[in-house]
Amino acid sequence: MKAFLAILLTGILTENFVLAKFLGICPFLGVSKKLATATGMSAAVIFVMVLSTAVTYPINLLLVKNDMAYLQTIVFILVIAALVQLVEIILKKYMPPLYNSLGIYLPLITTNCAVLGVVLLNIDNGYNFMQSVVNSLGAGLGFMLAMVMFAGVRERLESCDIPKSLKGLPITLVAASLVSVSFLGFTGIIDGIFG
Amino acid sequence: MAEKKSLAKEFSKGIIIENPVLRLVLGTCPTLAVTTSVESALGMGAAAAIVLVCSNIVISALRKVIPQKVRIPAFIVVIAGFVSIVQMLVKAFLPQIDEQLGVYLPLIVVNCIILGRAEAFASKNPVLASAVDGLGMGVGFTAALLAMGTIRELLGAGTFFGAQIIPASISPMIIFILPPGGFFVFGMLIALSNKLAERKGKPKAELKGCEGCPMAATCSMKGDENKCEGGEKA
Repeated sequence: MKAFLAILLTGILTENFVLAKFLGICPFLGVSKKLATATGMSAAVIFVMVLSTAVTYPINLLLVKNDMAYLQTIVFILVIAALVQLVEIILKKYMPPLYNSLGIYLPLITTNCAVLGVVLLNIDNGYNFMQSVVNSLGAGLGFMLAMVMFAGVRERLESCDIPKSLKGLPITLVAASLVSVSFLGFTGIIDGIFG
Repeated sequence: MAEKKSLAKEFSKGIIIENPVLRLVLGTCPTLAVTTSVESALGMGAAAAIVLVCSNIVISALRKVIPQKVRIPAFIVVIAGFVSIVQMLVKAFLPQIDEQLGVYLPLIVVNCIILGRAEAFASKNPVLASAVDGLGMGVGFTAALLAMGTIRELLGAGTFFGAQIIPASISPMIIFILPPGGFFVFGMLIALSNKLAERKGKPKAELKGCEGCPMAATCSMKGDENKCEGGEKA
């Protein structure tokens, strides 16, 4: 239990997917302008991350068993893409309210490096099934934390007086840099608690 | 002669006017993640450029065969194939680069520059032009990564390509090779590119939203003002 909690907290705080690993930067910069969209997008990302980890784990075992580990990249991206499409169709048909709040973000997630990234990292780290799922959950929650925090920062930026060349994207990146500095403060906290 | 001229134009546009990183703001993840040193920036740039050229050639050659409706999955398969090849080659011959790039090497698959060029250029243009376009974009991507890598390695470690440049007695600003430094240097480079573009009367670099997004064709948020950032600007 303690080990799971350590993996979860590492994913959220010290190894934050967006701010420490730079995965999922596109949605982080693109969809974080409003708090509501940031929450919706990150909820969809958590869902897809956990689901694709659960699905790709047995597939990876099959690939490794048949000596075809070199096909990982191709197989995973296709499985994730197909999975996302499938989930979208199912949600649209059977759960329209959920589709309206989450489903609209699904197509954007297919080619999001965070999802493929978490799947590949789980394999690199040699996690078992439960550890992989927990790690994905942590990564997703970390993504959500970064998105929601940053949406708050950006809403404030709107009303600031910013030098002309820095307007728009550059100041957003500088703000992201400062948010990232604050996450550096968590370095070592996991070892401190669980070590 | 005219043909040669336009090929030169396809090549050069990717380096400056339509630089994928600094002007089109694509492929931000690897730009921030692997530019902690010049060496890994060069490795990532070269790997992505090879994949870009090869996938542009194949996709352009197959552009009349691939049905319109399944073109995105088809592009992804082609790109993933080349990424796997490059990944195996790097693992075999440059293990140290493989270690530095880590998970970001297979993640070239989801680099929006490659899918974006496939969708915007290779699927509409002949093979030779697509190859040249891919090469130009690849060189532009590598150049941007090198600029980032040089600044970050010089300030953050005091070295260039591993060689000591700034005397060891001056302690380097480690923050530049940490994640916050990546965001900061990238922000400053975009600001510089905006400043230069402004002088030439060109538009500012922005996240392109729907036009720049390769998934636009399949995206249900397209044009919805409240959902997608691109919609707000359009």
